[in-house]
Amino acid sequence: MTVRIYVPRDAAALALGAEAVAETLHREIAGRGLDVKIVRNGSRGLHWLEPLVEVETPAGRVAYGPVSAADVAALLDAGLAEGRPHALCHGLTEEIPFLKGQTRLTFARCGVTDPLSLEDYRAHRGLTGLEKALAMDPADVVREVTDSGLRGRGGAGFPTGIKWKTVLDAAGPQKYIVCNADEGDSGTFADRMIMEGDPFVLVEGMTIAGLATGATKGYIYTRSEYPHAVKTMRNAIVAARAAGLLGPSILGSGRAFDMEVRVGAGAYVCGEETSLLNSLEGKRGVVRAKPPLPALQGFLGRPTVVNNVISLASVPIIMDRGAAYYRDFGMGRSRGTIPIQIAGNVRHAGLYETAFGLTLGQIVDTIGGGTASGRPVKAVQVGGPLGAYFPRALFDTPFDYEAFAAKDGLIGHAGITVFDDTADMLKQARFAMEFCAIESCGKCTPCRIGSTRGVETVDQIARGIEPEKNRDLLTDLCNTMKFGSLCALGGFTPYPVMSAMTHFPEDFRPTPMVEAAE
Amino acid sequence: MNVHATGGDVGKRSLSIIDALRELEGPLLPILHEIQAEFGHIPQESLPVIARELNLSRAEVHGVVTFYHDFRQQPAGRHVLKLCRAEACQSMGGDAVAERVKAMLGIDFHETTGDGAVTLEPVYCLGLCSCAPSAMLDGAVHGRLDPARAQALVEEARR
Ligand SMILES: Cc1cc2nc3c(=O)[nH]c(=O)nc-3n(C[C@H](O)[C@H](O)[C@H](O)COP(=O)(O)O)c2cc1C
Ligand code: SF4
Ligand code: FES
Ligand code: FES
Repeated sequence: MTVRIYVPRDAAALALGAEAVAETLHREIAGRGLDVKIVRNGSRGLHWLEPLVEVETPAGRVAYGPVSAADVAALLDAGLAEGRPHALCHGLTEEIPFLKGQTRLTFARCGVTDPLSLEDYRAHRGLTGLEKALAMDPADVVREVTDSGLRGRGGAGFPTGIKWKTVLDAAGPQKYIVCNADEGDSGTFADRMIMEGDPFVLVEGMTIAGLATGATKGYIYTRSEYPHAVKTMRNAIVAARAAGLLGPSILGSGRAFDMEVRVGAGAYVCGEETSLLNSLEGKRGVVRAKPPLPALQGFLGRPTVVNNVISLASVPIIMDRGAAYYRDFGMGRSRGTIPIQIAGNVRHAGLYETAFGLTLGQIVDTIGGGTASGRPVKAVQVGGPLGAYFPRALFDTPFDYEAFAAKDGLIGHAGITVFDDTADMLKQARFAMEFCAIESCGKCTPCRIGSTRGVETVDQIARGIEPEKNRDLLTDLCNTMKFGSLCALGGFTPYPVMSAMTHFPEDFRPTPMVEAAE
Repeated sequence: MNVHATGGDVGKRSLSIIDALRELEGPLLPILHEIQAEFGHIPQESLPVIARELNLSRAEVHGVVTFYHDFRQQPAGRHVLKLCRAEACQSMGGDAVAERVKAMLGIDFHETTGDGAVTLEPVYCLGLCSCAPSAMLDGAVHGRLDPARAQALVEEARR
């Protein structure tokens, strides 16, 4: 019987040498005359073990990692093709605690299947959600999504079903589903992993959104920094069209939906939905004032659903298993699961999908295993470049939209970046202002000018020039940005800045030596 | 890699790119991406052609080209090395890697080496934050860089 060996083609695996591993494996297998088929899967999300090679055995899939090309021959000698022990072997993949502890709903297939095989997709419960949606009234599909409690995973946490209802009720000959795949937040990679590891789930989710709202055309707007995701997504769309899953008659239903991928051009602000729509229309990615809501006047002024990749990719399982199944996970008003992306200076970096409600400390210390450097954790930034820095003292905060907001933070796209005690929080605050200055769309003065003034002010504090006055000035500046900015780039940049200054005041006090040098 | 083209030639090739994409809803970004793929940058001579064909003013096209970090108005070096400068990469020693690379190349970010071999650019997250610090060399991704691996990358780019 042909043995299947899995070597991921996820960008994180490729960045760590997966291509060379696959090539060497091909060569060695041919040389040894083994009956092996190599499958290029997505990533399981255990990134510290990438490239993670798996082999199918009667007992289940067995994992080896991190594997380098130089390890391949020895691994085959040790009996990798039969799942035999080796120093790099971790036993059954599903039994690895990091994976076993997860609740994989949205990511159920990611890393398991061949991303571009529709056959594989179907064999793993793919398209059952779509089939159900095809048999329902649009309003009932919208109600199912509303009842699931799904909130937008792009950052703002707006209820997805309510947004869909607005578009369903809007009149218009042409409506659109726009998938926000601009994932610019540092510390996040869930969208990328889905697009590379299970692209059909996004195709299915967008198609269901189209059926639910009466939209017949979809766009995936993603980043030029994600060439692998772009390629996989485009191939998946071609395959879906060929199989009659997309096109004039979805699965023979007589109802139409089609989509294409569009690539941005290196502007963080284009992740903001109205800036994204301008960019999609071929304009400068400047933020639009709301109202009008994109749901009513979005792409080309027409009714448009703008949803994050993970929001849309969570819809198929909601339709498949029912709203109650999804809603039963989570806490408070944060229902279902969230793919937490654990990044930065952390031992077990990767993607961990779980119900809302774990504490930050559990995520960082227990699941993440503390820092990669082995030094104490100093701070974690939650929610990307606009998210707050949390000190250990706040590690009891549960992962939940409202709980984070109550601590002057945000979940955002659920990225967590860990810093050890060598981090200089003044430097991090400076970077937050600098990033805002680089990426500002330029529409608001507080954001455009304030961020540059912010960098200068932090520099003054660092040099010990009137530190007290400048700390007050920085606070004022943050307030002006917070309340005087049109969008969250200018409006939320104060979160990392103020949290750094509030929780780590010692880093904002010039050392006597610096003062003496002035 | 740098394409030497005459003005008339640029216009003609730009036009055929535009013709292939003009039916898209919102064709400008796809057109600019294709033009940059064709010429290595957005040549000045292509702007009036785009403006005329899409019924835009030249200033509008210029405004779009300059808004996005990706679009170049001058050709880049033969290789483009992008180093991630964002938070997760910072937390894993990205700054030290950047300093090493700058010193090896003798240039700063946004510059090209004198021999035209390498252009160095910052990038703000490659989605490889779980294997930081990361970089992209001509579209190929690299993770878990340390100064030694960064040096190997620079040597590869220099070849
Ligand atoms: C500066 C800025 C950047 C953003 N970047 C993204 C992004 O990369 N991806 C995303 O889905 N949402 C992003 N958002 C949020 C979007 O504006 C919008 O809320 C989201 O796409 C709605 O989809 P959802 O309801 O499914 O989350 C960003 C917002 C701001 C202000
Ligand atoms: S806050 Fe900044 S990015 Fe947002 S609209 Fe204003 S200037 Fe543009
Ligand atoms: S919208 Fe004009 S200053 Fe913010
Ligand atoms: S922060 Fe560097 S890859 Fe995300």
